[in-house]
Amino acid sequence: MTTHYLVLSALLFAIGGVGVLVRRNAIVVFMCVELMLNACNLAFVTFARQNGNLDGQIIAFFVMIVAAAEVVIGLAIIVTIFRTRRSASVDDASLLKY
Amino acid sequence: MNGTIQAPTLEYAQLAPMLVVFGAAIVGVLVEAFAPRYLRSAIHVPITLLSLAGAFALTIWQVVKGVPTKPAAMGAVAVDGPSLFIWGTILVLAFVSVLLINDEDHFVAAAAAVPGSAEEEQALHEGAGHTEVYPLALFAVGGMLLFPASNDLLVMFVALEVMSLPLYLLCGLARRRRLLSQEAAVKYFLLGAFSSAFFLYGTALLYGYAGSIDLAKISAALGVVGGQETLLYIGVAMLGVGLLFKIGAAPFQAWKPDVYQGAPTPITALMASGTLVAAFGALLRVFWVALGGLDWNWSPVLWAVAILTMVVGAILAITQTDIKRMLAYSSIAHGGFLLVGVVATGAAAGQNSKALSAILFYLVAYGFTTVGAFAVVTMVRDAGGEAWHLSRWAGLGKRSPLLAGIFAFFLLAFAGIPLTSGFFGKYAVFQAAVAGGATPLVIVGVVASAVAAFFYVRVIVLMFFSDPAADGPSVVLPSRGTAAVVGVAVLATVFLGVFPQPVLHLAQNAAQSLFIR
Repeated sequence: MTTHYLVLSALLFAIGGVGVLVRRNAIVVFMCVELMLNACNLAFVTFARQNGNLDGQIIAFFVMIVAAAEVVIGLAIIVTIFRTRRSASVDDASLLKY
Repeated sequence: MNGTIQAPTLEYAQLAPMLVVFGAAIVGVLVEAFAPRYLRSAIHVPITLLSLAGAFALTIWQVVKGVPTKPAAMGAVAVDGPSLFIWGTILVLAFVSVLLINDEDHFVAAAAAVPGSAEEEQALHEGAGHTEVYPLALFAVGGMLLFPASNDLLVMFVALEVMSLPLYLLCGLARRRRLLSQEAAVKYFLLGAFSSAFFLYGTALLYGYAGSIDLAKISAALGVVGGQETLLYIGVAMLGVGLLFKIGAAPFQAWKPDVYQGAPTPITALMASGTLVAAFGALLRVFWVALGGLDWNWSPVLWAVAILTMVVGAILAITQTDIKRMLAYSSIAHGGFLLVGVVATGAAAGQNSKALSAILFYLVAYGFTTVGAFAVVTMVRDAGGEAWHLSRWAGLGKRSPLLAGIFAFFLLAFAGIPLTSGFFGKYAVFQAAVAGGATPLVIVGVVASAVAAFFYVRVIVLMFFSDPAADGPSVVLPSRGTAAVVGVAVLATVFLGVFPQPVLHLAQNAAQSLFIR
């Protein structure tokens, strides 16, 4: 019965993807990306169960570490631009165009 | 199951170039932590340059010793002919880019200080600087080395992040026009993280399909596993999104002009050369090694992407008024030309190795020219920093004929005029594509090159045949580093254009046995 987990993972990934596209606040956009990464983790763990090997579970650990590193970098960048502009909206940052 | 865990075997000799680069990056972090501020730069520069040179020497040693025929590190990293060629290319380009990074105050004094604030004034006054750029650049280069050599999708994902994360930060560290720089960093980061999530989900689906993330095992599963084609196709598509984003292929090209414009120019040079080379290596490995048996399915899609990329790159470049954005669109168009080579596979191994060697040669030629072009951009200055607007470049040929002449030469190389490296790069790729039955693609490529030539020549005309503005930009006297970069780029462009045989031969040797599995 791994199908449910896969459906859940696809749903989470889709919610994250839609969130990245429609949300305006850079922090929320970034949280949606993290949601997508966690959806990947769920898929990996489920497939590990389905395939009967441990690769997927190990991959999930790697992904968590990568996601943690990404948080460090991402928050640093977002905080810097927030301090400059007093806004974390991705719509406000529009100096670079066309 | 007796509970014992077998220790993995690592072929340290094969991995040595990467280990040297990563080791030097970690030493750089320690220097940052313990060395006094006034000494840091003096310690970082030799460490960075020596490690890159040492890694290059180790790569050469590897070639001389004999190219390995088996993947290293329990099948996780494949140090084969194409990998070694790409490593050599990236290391040389990174060395040259570091000379440019090292050159002058391109980087912000205190990234945490708000632009225009008293803190920034003080940091500028104290002559502070972010010497972290050296270890960050080294980490990025290490990621670039691992990315095209990774033989399973997890290592490839980790390498992708190790390469990208430092670059996101470096993009936001420009000394002047800090708002643009920070905006570029945010855009690059959010879009890059978004695309790597796609790459990862694609990996998950392929793992579900094949039961392994090893490229060779995925390839072996293609004909065997039945009834799960949906997983496979969606997985391949998502993997493709992640990889094509890094190349900047249309319709995933939107980040490239913004990031290239906003980032400090030396970092743009590193990204435009190193990242592109690494990403093409990885793309080729995934599509040729893991998904080679599926080329009937992905090749039409890549045809469409290649056509779109060439057309979008060439046409949008015409409308640009900013020199860095124009070079970014030109880089998109060149990505399209290279994709023509990726599509040019054939049933015969000879065809594949021909296409591969053409791509490898093209990457070398394009990499050197683009680093040179961005080095020239760093030298044309206004009161507020580099003069990016094209109108400011009017009449540069009268004010500084040598520099304008060199830049014109680079532009001609981008356009692919004979006697420059760009000509042989394009010729080799298009020839391989014709032999691989992709003639329509080559026709589009030639038309796109002609369109591209128009805007390159437009800049040359602007530089040489218009009158300079009274308050035009000044050309700074290059430091030794920048002069060396421009010199190396000119020499490479001339040498590869007049006498391409040695490098072409090297590329053919590297491509002969294709990728190992």
